Amino acid sequence: MPSHFLAMLVFAGLVSLVFAVLLRDEPGEQARLSGLLFGAFVVTGVVLGWILLPFPL
Amino acid sequence: MGRKSRDSRRTRVAAEPAPTAPAADSGRALAALALGWAIPGGGHLWLGRRQKGVVFLLALPLMFAIGLWLEGALAPFDPIQPLVLLAALADLGNGVPYLIAAIAGLGEGRVVAATFEYGNTFLIVSGLLNMLVALDAYDVALGRK
Repeated sequence: MPSHFLAMLVFAGLVSLVFAVLLRDEPGEQARLSGLLFGAFVVTGVVLGWILLPFPL
Repeated sequence: MGRKSRDSRRTRVAAEPAPTAPAADSGRALAALALGWAIPGGGHLWLGRRQKGVVFLLALPLMFAIGLWLEGALAPFDPIQPLVLLAALADLGNGVPYLIAAIAGLGEGRVVAATFEYGNTFLIVSGLLNMLVALDAYDVALGRK
């Protein structure tokens, strides 16, 4: 996979899809929840990445 | 039919126990659980939830395959290392894809690969999600959902 960010996007997309289909029955609701979860995953990942930036490994 | 007769019929009907729902078939629910574990989405497909089953059947093995492609490792069952043991149990949640990969010698992992931990994450999370999906199939079969 060419980048860590792409790996995170793929991970977030698949997990969001599975959770949304698991928790909702109507396709429209599934799509809405999936999008919401995907956005939350990505935003949280980027924010945490910035917060952790000053800390050395 | 007189009023008295109608009233007595009402009284009789009210006194009869309400028809109960057919008893939940726990064997069928366990079969859905086992099938859902073995084949991601298999439990839902068997129960007629085609849309959900197809999504799980595509998404979860794809996650598992990406984990292997990213050079993640299938964790060994090592009781001396509890965290590794938990990871192994999570991997086992993938069902038949896990067994195929283990028999084929895939999932050896390459610790020095930049994507090693990403691969592990995909493998573990796909197994845990499949466990949730199998439990959901169990609930559906019991009529809870």
